[in-house]
Amino acid sequence: MTPIASIEQLAESYDLLVVGAGPAGLSAAARAAELGLSVLLADENPAPGGQIYRAVTTTPVKNRAILGEDYWRGADIVARFERSQATYAPRCTVWSIGPDETAPGTFELGLSLDGKARIIGARQVILATGAQERPFPIPGWTLPGVMTAGAAQIALKSAGAIPSGRTVVAGCGPLLYLLAGQLAAAGCQIAAVLDTTPSANWSKALGAIPDFLRSPYLAKGLKLMLAARRKLRFVSGVTGLTATGEGKLATVQFEQGGRTGTIACETLLVHQGVIPSVNFSNAAGCAHDFDGEQHAWVPRVDAWFASTVPGIAIAGDGAGIGGAESAALRGEIAAVGAASQLGKLNETERDRQAAPIRAELEKKLRGRRFLDLLYKPAPQFLAPPRDETIVCRCEEVTAGQVRDAASRLGVTGPNQMKAFLRCGMGPCQGRLCGPTVVELIAETRGTTPAETGYYRLRPPIKPVTLAELAALPQTEASVKAVVR
Amino acid sequence: MSTEPDVAVIGGGVVGGAIALGLARNGAKVAILDEGDTAFRASRGNFALVWVQSKGFGMPDYALWSRRSAESWHELAASLTGETGIDVAHSQPGGFMLCLSQEELDKRVDAMRRLHNSRPLTDFPYEVLDHAETKRRLPAIGKDVVGSLYSPLDGHVNSLKLFRALREATVRRGVDYRPNSPAENIVPKDGGFAITGPWGELRTGKVVLCAGLGNARLAPMVGLDAPVKPSKGQIVVTEKTEPFLHNPMVTVRQTDEGGVMIGDSQEDRGFDTVVGQPILSTMAERAVKMFPRLAGLNVVRTWSALRVMSPDGFPIYDQSETHPGAFVVTCHSGVTLAANHALTLAPAILAGTLPESVASFTARRFHVPAHS
Amino acid sequence: MFRPIADLAARGELSFTFDGRPLTARAGDTVAAALLVNGITACRETPVSDTPRAPYCLMGVCFDCLIVIDGIGNRQGCLVPLAEGMRIETQHGRRHLTEAAE
Repeated sequence: MTPIASIEQLAESYDLLVVGAGPAGLSAAARAAELGLSVLLADENPAPGGQIYRAVTTTPVKNRAILGEDYWRGADIVARFERSQATYAPRCTVWSIGPDETAPGTFELGLSLDGKARIIGARQVILATGAQERPFPIPGWTLPGVMTAGAAQIALKSAGAIPSGRTVVAGCGPLLYLLAGQLAAAGCQIAAVLDTTPSANWSKALGAIPDFLRSPYLAKGLKLMLAARRKLRFVSGVTGLTATGEGKLATVQFEQGGRTGTIACETLLVHQGVIPSVNFSNAAGCAHDFDGEQHAWVPRVDAWFASTVPGIAIAGDGAGIGGAESAALRGEIAAVGAASQLGKLNETERDRQAAPIRAELEKKLRGRRFLDLLYKPAPQFLAPPRDETIVCRCEEVTAGQVRDAASRLGVTGPNQMKAFLRCGMGPCQGRLCGPTVVELIAETRGTTPAETGYYRLRPPIKPVTLAELAALPQTEASVKAVVR
Repeated sequence: MSTEPDVAVIGGGVVGGAIALGLARNGAKVAILDEGDTAFRASRGNFALVWVQSKGFGMPDYALWSRRSAESWHELAASLTGETGIDVAHSQPGGFMLCLSQEELDKRVDAMRRLHNSRPLTDFPYEVLDHAETKRRLPAIGKDVVGSLYSPLDGHVNSLKLFRALREATVRRGVDYRPNSPAENIVPKDGGFAITGPWGELRTGKVVLCAGLGNARLAPMVGLDAPVKPSKGQIVVTEKTEPFLHNPMVTVRQTDEGGVMIGDSQEDRGFDTVVGQPILSTMAERAVKMFPRLAGLNVVRTWSALRVMSPDGFPIYDQSETHPGAFVVTCHSGVTLAANHALTLAPAILAGTLPESVASFTARRFHVPAHS
Repeated sequence: MFRPIADLAARGELSFTFDGRPLTARAGDTVAAALLVNGITACRETPVSDTPRAPYCLMGVCFDCLIVIDGIGNRQGCLVPLAEGMRIETQHGRRHLTEAAE
């Protein structure tokens, strides 16, 4: 593996450009390089691993039991990548992708490292930007002291740090119990675990139980849950949450079974599942569908994880939530598909290589449906009922404003909502408000998220300065189009 | 007792909204038929200028029409605030066209002189400024700015707030705003019109086409002609920064929210709205030359939108002779002309005749006779 | 707000300042993590309403960890590794422009 320290070291173009160094990206890059493609893996973080294997090569945490054996598996994935001939550019953001008009069928991507940008060519692209936490809009969620469960995991893995004061963990999903257990084992003072899993979901998830029982999740999940419940104050059936404080978090209030509870605390960690990060695939022009079971927008991909834009594949959780181990396998399949597109493998060889990976993938995905159905958030945590709840954190737009525009002003979708209220116009580009805005419009107008649509995104997907843009290549045509 | 509106406005953007507001203020019962969330919306993709300088080359009436609208804009803005509580952040501080080479400046100055050397445009105020004078008025300009043209008639507005204010004002006045209701067909019926689509049918007395690019298809249905085509433009928007630019430039302006908008480009690419990289770079380079302090600002958004462009770039305002009661209102300066649309055109449409001041904007100007 | 757990691998200590106050953190921490372990509760005030905010996601998605690093504003603290001598300051509202050299 060839590490890149400055953007000048990058070649003009590569056979394959992989975006994201999580398990999917690492596995795709390694596989593709092993198949003889020239590969660049670009990732905005300083070290490989993505989120689930965050800091697996650099973590200061010595006690392996704290992070669990699943985490350390990431080291093998990184090691394989490091043995490959791929080129690796850490701390490098990829902020745009578009067709290369001089070489139809290939792409130009905008990359930025240490404040300098370049346009790099690629014949195939694999987006492996993974997942993000599903937004958890409760009143007070913008207070300092409220963070995601994922953030706490990142602090633990990369800095060996845990919340120092009284901590409440709230939400639903296996990652929540995992985190509560990890933090408790590391000495964090967990005042309560507030479980918002809707009790009604159990009956809906019943049909998926047989697969769940045969899946790797059962043992793992039960263990996590029992460990968390045994050691910690566990409140299930929580139907409402509010964070309060002056300038920073001081109290969490919750509703459960008709009563209200109050817990004084310094940190609230929230989590209600993860959803695909769609900003890049959206801006690249890939089609997305709303997956009713995952309750999230998911890019449309075929059996090789190729998107609706020929030449762009989407591997890992970014193509639908499947977990870390499935992500690595999907990355491999996408790489095999890309190699075949570039003529390195004929179709027979391609299918032969993919077959065992698919069999393994099927096993890894078994049981996910049960988790999706069981942990689908209750409506009030998707579309916050209280009008004053901030929905767009960047532009500070509230749920009440969105509801009002959707009903009284006839706004039927998120793009018009963005124009009227500015939600989605901040630096996060709708990552934290998009799903909620869609839910609020759908609820107000009596329709579905699928029918409501999503923001139409454009580059830059990550910030790039005017100076960087100004230094990139212009054409005679571009000058003519601007200087008139 | 009829439930049908007096006037149906097809198109719910800034043009349709301004027309509908003017109609409603003058007592008409109005319905707006609009498309859905992902329609081409020039109203969402414009530079928000209320601009007069350099307009009207080849048609002096357009310069007069633009100036009149810029002057009436104060009235529109105040009335919108009064009716809706929304301050659309309109100001008329004067605008600049900055030039980055002597050749550019000479070309612009020459064009302005020719535009203004004959009546009725001789009294349009403008100044040609060298670098030093430009810098005195705009301290933040860079050394590459050779000079500029300045006109006190130019201004800008927050066009998204304008769009929202028009919707708010029309809704409050009982205008029936119908989204997801694209007009597929318009036929004369019982002295009025029947407009149909997958959503059903609307009967109305009068119809005003304000459907932007859609006007090209709809106009012939009512005996009108609106040969408009898309002209693609791209814009770069930066993160919010402290206020430093109160005057608009034709290609750089700072919004009331704090972000800096940078434009603009013009390409004929049909209905393609993909954002092209080299154009962003050309625009960014020029903007940083104009205002060096912009260099370190992060770009948070880019977009491209389609201007509604007639063959000569001037508006098309027409009323149908074969289908009385049908009108078309289309332009690519829907923000600048919003005041005229609401305050002058709409009442005239209600009264049944377009005013003399817009006689030049009939589409008949495109119909060159085959034989003399 | 955060504290290091026991039994961590030894790492160098880095000195930096936050709003002029001298602080230290471990080599390898991001700017955001370094502030959290030093008990800094807010890293910015929003441009829209001057409301205090702190890091929310620590993975580059939320843009709430925006902070001034060595004079350059609106940097995502969770993506920047801490360096010796870094000058870190609260991001007060909108980005402040530095005068570029002519």
